[in-house]
Amino acid sequence: MLLIDCPYCGERPEIEFAYGGEAHLERPPNPAELDDQRWAEYLYMRSNTKGVYAERWRHARGCGRFFNALRDTTTDRFLASYKVGEPRPQLSPPAGPAA
Amino acid sequence: MNKQKFSAFSLLWRGLSRHRSWQAQWRKPQPKPSYDALIIGGGGHGLGAAYYLAQEHGLTNVAVLEKGWIGGGNTGRNTTIIRSNYLFDESAALYDHSLKLWENLSQRLNYNVMFSPRGVMMLAHTVHDIQVFKRHVHANRCNGVDNEWLEPPQAKAFCPPLNIEENIRYPVLGAALQRRGGTARHDAVAWAYARAADALGVDIIENCEVTAIRRDSEGRVQALETTRGPIAARKVGVAAAGHTSVVLGMAGVRLPLESYPLQALVSEPVKPIFPCVVMSNTIHAYISQSDKGELVIGAGTDAYTSYTQRGALHVNAHTLDAICELFPTFRRLRMMRNWGGIVDVTPDRSPIIAKTPVPGLYVNCGWGTGGFKATPGAAHLFAWTIARDEPHPLNAPFTIERFRDGRLIDEAAAAAVAH
Repeated sequence: MLLIDCPYCGERPEIEFAYGGEAHLERPPNPAELDDQRWAEYLYMRSNTKGVYAERWRHARGCGRFFNALRDTTTDRFLASYKVGEPRPQLSPPAGPAA
Repeated sequence: MNKQKFSAFSLLWRGLSRHRSWQAQWRKPQPKPSYDALIIGGGGHGLGAAYYLAQEHGLTNVAVLEKGWIGGGNTGRNTTIIRSNYLFDESAALYDHSLKLWENLSQRLNYNVMFSPRGVMMLAHTVHDIQVFKRHVHANRCNGVDNEWLEPPQAKAFCPPLNIEENIRYPVLGAALQRRGGTARHDAVAWAYARAADALGVDIIENCEVTAIRRDSEGRVQALETTRGPIAARKVGVAAAGHTSVVLGMAGVRLPLESYPLQALVSEPVKPIFPCVVMSNTIHAYISQSDKGELVIGAGTDAYTSYTQRGALHVNAHTLDAICELFPTFRRLRMMRNWGGIVDVTPDRSPIIAKTPVPGLYVNCGWGTGGFKATPGAAHLFAWTIARDEPHPLNAPFTIERFRDGRLIDEAAAAAVAH
C-alpha cells in the first residue's frame, strides 16, 4: 500500500484517498466554440505517461480536499505533492535519492 | 516449414523413445532488414494476428517484435476466463466471434489450448443486479448468444461450493449463466499461435524493444528503431496492451487510454472441487480452478495508473473477503502466488481495433481487464484490418474516432468488474 503525502494532513495510507486521474487538464473556457475533435481531446485523451506523472488525488476519508502529486509510474514513488492551483513543481535532476 | 504434428500416436511414440526427438516449436531468427508487416507485442493478440496475416491473407514476410519473452505480459498473467455475454450488439458480435474461434482452436492450430467450456456464472446480489442481468440475458438471446437466468438453488446445483444462505452480507439472489463460456490454458494459446505462425514463415523476435517509429515525408510508417537495430516495414500493427500509449506516443498519436495494474492470485493446489467459473461484479471476485488444482482468483485494478506490474495487498484482500464469504469451504486455503499485469482501459470499457491517424499504423488495444477471452477474435480481425487497410464489419464500430463522434460502446456495466 502506498503512503501518500496530503499537503494538508501529511503522510497517510492509500486507502484514505481517491484517485482523480491526470492533473492540469483545463476545461476549455468556451466549449461551444470547440470542434468535436478538440472536445474529445479534453474529455477522453490522456497522456498515460510511463515515468513522472502529474495526477490528482482526493483525501476522501481524511480532510476531503483535492490536491496534486507527482509520481513515477515506473516505480510508484511519490516525488512531490502540492495544492490545487499551484504550478507543477520543477524536479531538479536527479529526482530524489536513487531507490 | 514442416512441424512435427501432435497426436496421441506421436505423444506415445516419443514418450516411449524418451522424448529425445522433439523439435523446437519455433525458430529464434535474427531480424531481417525489412518486412512487409511488423507486429509490436508478442502476446496472444500479436502472435495470433501474425498467424492470421500469414494464414488468411498470404502475408508471410511478417515479424512479431516482443520486448521480453512471448506470452510474458498479460497473456501469462490473466485468469483465463472466456465468455461472450456482453450487452450491446457490437460487443456481443465481437466477443461471440472470438468464442466461436475458441471452440475449434486446438484442432485448427494442432495444439491443445485446453479450452474448457465449463460455464461462466455471474452472481447477482442486489435488486439492481437482478434487473441488469436479466436484461443481459434477454439482450444476449436476441443476439444468438446463450445466457440464462438461475435462481439461487439452481446456482447452487451448478456450483456446489457456493453459499446461498440468506444470512451473509451480500446474499446470492440469482445468477446469469453462460454455459458456452469457460477457460483455456493461457500460455498454450501464445505457444500455439507462435508455433503455427512460425510454420508459415513468420519471424518471432524476442528481446526486441521498439524505441522509435520512423515516418516518411508523407507521414507514413517507414521503419521501426529497435534495441536490435532498425527494421523497415510499411505496415505496423501495435498489440502492446498496457504499453500502447507509450508505443503510439512515438508516432505522436494520443489515445483515450489509462494503464492500471490488475492483480490475480492462486491458492495451493487441491483436488477437483470447483466445476465452473464464478464471477461477482458487485462484491468483486472471480474464481475458477486450474487443471493443476490451484484456485485461480482475479482481484481488481488498483486505484491509480502504473506500469509496475504490481499492486497493493489490500486489493487482493478485498477479493479474498468476498471469496471466503461466498465459498466458506475455502477459508483455510493458503494463497501461493500473486502478481499484477498492466491493462489499458478505455473510457467506455470497449476495445479499439482500428487504423490510426498515421498511415500504415494500426492498433489493437483498450481491452482493459478482459482481453484474454478475445484473443482469437481480436487477432483475426486485427489481421484483416492490417492486410486490407480497412476494418472487418465486426470491428468497424471499435475505432478511435468513436470518442470524437460520441458513438461510445459503453460496456462499463457489462464488464463484470465494478469499475
